[in-house]
This record gives sequence, C-alpha cells and structure tokens, in this order.
Amino acid sequence: MFETGLTLNDLKFMGQGALITLQVTAFAVIGGTLLGLLFGIIRSQVNPWLTLPLVFLLDIFRSVPLIIQLVLANAFQAIVGLGLSAFTTSCIVLALYTSAYCTEIVRGAISAVPVVTRRAARSLGMTWGQDMRQIVFPMALRVGLPSWIGLTLGVMKDSALVGFIGVFELLKQSQTLITRLQEPMFILIVAGAIYFLLSFPIARLGGQLEKRWREND
Amino acid sequence: MFNYTFQWKQAMRGLPEMLDGALVTLQIAIISMVIGIIFAVLLAVARNSNSRLLRAPASMWVEVARNTPALFQIYMAHFGLGTFGIHLSPFVSLLAGITFNNAGYLAETFRGSLRAIPSTQLRSARSLGMGPIQAFRLIVMPQMFRIAFLPTTNQMVWAILMTSLGVTVGMNTDLMGVTQDWNNRSFRTFEFFAIAAVIYYLIAKAVTMGARLLAWRMFRY
Repeated sequence: MFETGLTLNDLKFMGQGALITLQVTAFAVIGGTLLGLLFGIIRSQVNPWLTLPLVFLLDIFRSVPLIIQLVLANAFQAIVGLGLSAFTTSCIVLALYTSAYCTEIVRGAISAVPVVTRRAARSLGMTWGQDMRQIVFPMALRVGLPSWIGLTLGVMKDSALVGFIGVFELLKQSQTLITRLQEPMFILIVAGAIYFLLSFPIARLGGQLEKRWREND
Repeated sequence: MFNYTFQWKQAMRGLPEMLDGALVTLQIAIISMVIGIIFAVLLAVARNSNSRLLRAPASMWVEVARNTPALFQIYMAHFGLGTFGIHLSPFVSLLAGITFNNAGYLAETFRGSLRAIPSTQLRSARSLGMGPIQAFRLIVMPQMFRIAFLPTTNQMVWAILMTSLGVTVGMNTDLMGVTQDWNNRSFRTFEFFAIAAVIYYLIAKAVTMGARLLAWRMFRY
C-alpha cells in the first residue's frame, strides 16, 4: 500500500503557503493592472517619441529575469534603508513586472478600437474622458480580457520565485516539507495540484466570459 | 545619501567569469530550445490526431507545462525524480525542466499555426503522390515554422530568462550561478546582480534583434 508521512498539519502548512502565494498574486495583479492602465493609456495617447523612456523602462522589467529583479530590489531597499519586509518587496517588484506586461495589453486593446468610432463619440459632444469611459473601455475590455487573464495566471506561477528572497509561499513551504519528510515526488505533486486548483477556476472563468461576450458580438 | 559605498571595481573583477557564465546560459537555452522544438512538433501533431491514445498524454504534458511554475518543473526534475533513484546533476535537471516547459508552450504555438494552414494544401500534396510524412515535412512544416517564428523567438528569450532558476537547484556555472557565487564570497549583492541584470538584458535584446533581422531576411518574398 501507499504510505506517506504527510499529515493533515503538513497540508495546513502548505495551505498557509498557498495563501501567501494568493496574497502576493492579488497585490501584484491589482497594483500592476492599475499601473498598466495608466501607462497603457499614456502609451496609446501620447506621441510615441515622448513615451520612449517609459517604453525602455518597462522593457527592462520584461528582459531581466524576475529572480534577479527580486534580489536587486531586496538589496536596494536594504541599501536605502527602507526596511521593507521581503513580502512587501516582492509585491512591489511583481506589481511593476505585471504592469510592464499589462501596459502592452492595454495599449493593444485600446488600439483595437476603431478610430472612427472614437471620432464619432467626440463629434457627438463627448469629452475625452467620456469617450474613454463609455466607448473605448467597454470595447477594449473584450479585446484585452483574455490576455489579462493569461497574465494573471502567469503572475501566479511567477510568484513561486519570491521564495528565493525568503517569502514562505507554496513552493518554499513544500521544500521545507521535502527536507523534513524526504518524499519529494509526492509533496511536489501535492504542490502542483494546489497550483492547478488555484489557476484552473480563473482560467475557466476567463473562458466563460470570452464565450458569453462572443455571442453578443 | 546612502549609508553604503558602492564597490563597482570589486564587482568588475567578476565580469570575465560572469561572461563565461553567460555562454553556459546561452548554451542551455539553445539546447533546450532545439530539443523543445522537436518535442513540440510531435506534441502538436499528437494533439491534432484522431487517436485518443496519442491525444491524452500530449494534452497532459501541455497542460502541466503551462499551468505550473517553471521552478516547480525544475524541482520535479531535480528532487522529484530522486524518488525513483534518478539523481540528475543541476545542469541536466535545469535543462530537463526548461525543455519540458519549452515543449509545452511551443506545442500550443505550433498547434495554432498548424490550424492556420489550409487542409486543402495537405490534400493536394497527397494527391500529387507525396507520402504522409513527405507531405508534412515538405509542405506543412515550412509554413508552420514561418508562422510560428516570432512566437518561437519569444520563447527563446523566455528560455534564457528561465535558466536563471537553475541557482535554486545548485547550478553554479551559468550566469546566475556565477553571480550568486561571487555574491556569497563578497556580499556585494547589489553590484553583482546589477551587472548580471545588464548582461541578461543585452543577451535578450540581441536575441530579439537577431531574430527580427533573420525574419526580415528569410521571409521576404
């Protein structure tokens, strides 16, 4: 028969890790999306030459390994003497990392709205803000949402790296258990199953929304 | 301003070793991409086939590769396989983890591009007397690679960035590993990792630019 030393308490221990993973993901996605919206609107509305520094900066977040970004941020906050916890640092880094990808999604979604539609809105007397809120937003949302959900799932997976600077998320907790119980395969499969359980509902929800919206087109 | 003196000179002494590490990083990324592409083509074909026996394992591979962290996959290769008495070196387990990941992601890319090729092309190739493998190799594959070229180069950049995860399983010859080694000896964390970040950035940019140039050169009519 199959036997394991994994007790209910150990599962709870992993559950705590999963909770941290969820928290980091939630903070990163919320912060990253807000920043991404801001940057995305700037990128699609302002002269491309003026946004070049922003593009370059965001490109760095996408071209340097996340693990190095985390280590650098952690070292930097110690140098400056901010005294942030590893958890806060990881949330900030992941939020910036998310915003870099979110900017591209927002920009793509906004540029998918036909220019004539926006001109029509403006010529009906809508202000720029009204046009953005009531015309561009609903149309761009349908274009951008699938990739945004993909991004959210990606950030959840990437949040596994924050264990490297000492945040006790799911994979780090699993590693602690592996060291104690010496049953790597089984514990890792449990951890993988938890990741799957966390990401599957989000992926499903995204698929549902996409399907529902397609019917209305 | 800071109560800290940056020691860039000291960090620069690690540069030659780090550049050697960058070569190892590139080497791992390239090998993993080559093997990954081969597996990905097989997976894409298997997922499009009518036989359930072929489709199910291929789907599972792709789902697991896409829905779990890359770090998890590397851990699986390094620690997980130890359960069966297979003890891989950090290099091999890192390579295995990234290859598994690459194959999963690329399989989806290739499947999408296979869909974009009209099925009439395969049928006309067959009616011209080509065998199934010949038709796939000579008619479908070239078009598939053309459509999938840019996504594939994106995956290459991902593979390069993913190699940095090797440090968590004890890899100490690639760029990240060498940097971590120097860091452990000198505690100049910020300086060393800043240099490593610049090198990673330059490699990633060089690959992207090279790919664009290559695409422009190869795919013009």
